[in-house]
Amino acid sequence: MSHPYRDVVIAGVHNTVQARQLEGHDSESITFEAALGALADAGVPTPEVDAVIGAHAQELVLGLRLGPCTRLPWQLGIPIVLEGADLVASGRADVVLIAAGGASMYTDRTATAPWTRPANEFVVGYGLFTAAEFALMARRHMVMYGTTPEQLATVASTIRNNGHVNPDAVYFGRGPFTPADILASRLVAEPFHLLDCAMTSEGGSALVLTSAERAADLPNPPVWILGGASDSYGPAYQIAPAWDIVGRSDVPAGYVGRTAARHAFATAGLAPDDVDVAELYDPFSFEIIRQLEAYGFCPDGEGGAFVDDGNIGPGGRLPVTTDGGTMSYSHAGINAQQLQRVIRGVEQLRGTCATNQVHGAEVAICSNGGSGALFTDVMLLGKERP
Amino acid sequence: MLEPQPVGIPVPNPSPASKPYWEGAARGELLYQRCDDCGTIALRPGTVCGSCLGRNLSWPRSAGLGSLYSWTVVWRPQQPAFRVPYAPAIVALDEGFRMMSAVVGCEPEELRADLPLAVEFHPASDDISLPYFRPRT
Ligand SMILES: [Zn+2]
Repeated sequence: MSHPYRDVVIAGVHNTVQARQLEGHDSESITFEAALGALADAGVPTPEVDAVIGAHAQELVLGLRLGPCTRLPWQLGIPIVLEGADLVASGRADVVLIAAGGASMYTDRTATAPWTRPANEFVVGYGLFTAAEFALMARRHMVMYGTTPEQLATVASTIRNNGHVNPDAVYFGRGPFTPADILASRLVAEPFHLLDCAMTSEGGSALVLTSAERAADLPNPPVWILGGASDSYGPAYQIAPAWDIVGRSDVPAGYVGRTAARHAFATAGLAPDDVDVAELYDPFSFEIIRQLEAYGFCPDGEGGAFVDDGNIGPGGRLPVTTDGGTMSYSHAGINAQQLQRVIRGVEQLRGTCATNQVHGAEVAICSNGGSGALFTDVMLLGKERP
Repeated sequence: MLEPQPVGIPVPNPSPASKPYWEGAARGELLYQRCDDCGTIALRPGTVCGSCLGRNLSWPRSAGLGSLYSWTVVWRPQQPAFRVPYAPAIVALDEGFRMMSAVVGCEPEELRADLPLAVEFHPASDDISLPYFRPRT
């Protein structure tokens, strides 16, 4: 069987300006800016777009005069990139525009951000929010494997330092940080300090997918989707996020994403050792340690030691989240930050990152989600046509 | 000292499937939904057993004894109605199920894995009582 994405290329990517707050924008208007930027990067004129995916897909169809056009008004990062790839691979679309943005969503700063506050009946009375939900998974890992707050802080300082040197990052120039600096920041939800957690910010992000045939005439070197899949263990923030929830296999919810990663590596015909750069989703520091284990970059329980050994920093064995991620680059609402992992992976493989470019990177892994939310999506990108 | 939250926090909005749970809580009883056909305990209340697809679901009463499976101590409240610190926790009940709750009646630094716990109920509104857990000796 030929590779499912053999004829699909990521031809354009764009992140708008990212900021704590974007004056004069709402989520729709910043999504338009992202979409236009990605189309310009791809070198594709708007009338060629025949499918749009994202929360504002319908508004884009109208506003850019794209009708008649396929529209999928969905908002999950990697799953909608895979959906777009399927549209191209099956011939249902020639040019797919995927766009997302968040702005003017977080105004009441006496409470945590609105999308972090679950209202379900079994959690609402206990004052849970995303940091607390993810902390319950992190704590269990610490109980089982002896993972330490210092190891979590090493992840946070590494990623925040990637943002510190990135002029496009919301927190550019805010460092550098040592692990001790992370541990000295105020506690939010133990074991997480403020600097173990993602920020909140605003911005837009978009990608353009097209066929290999069309991409041959476009300016950017093609980036290929080598594999990808999604794992969920159920609705986020509705039940106790216990590490060892299981469903149809013996992989526990704590390793959500493991099955998806196995699927992605099998589709790609690759193994974790083949990966040059890991654009991992970083809502909380612990999630990096967990993903390193879940995806097979180190044995179970050894993610903390893998981090201690200097593997995830610039020049390390597996540089992680090289633009600063959601902790320092941007965390723009619900969906844009998920697309940002894929966009950074594309930029790494093009070799165009202004900071922390991994030289000669051929294969990137990208991810979304996290254990506290009971879902993780994984994607492998490559420079070589699969 | 970790304490129950005052009346005024956001309260649960029971569903048809979970109504017996909250009625039990109002009486000071911790109930859990179990399949009479295969014994599976639901991860959350529903109308069908996820294991055998049976519909003979019942609501036995838990003794309310368990141990601490995981926890966090929150210092930045989700919203101002919550008093900090508070300690959301996953409790492993002796009957073999896990539930979301919060630990009260000890200092945050006394929390540790497998800490023995017992349930107690505190009102969150006129209609709703919330189960909390307190260390037992
Ligand atoms: Zn059953």
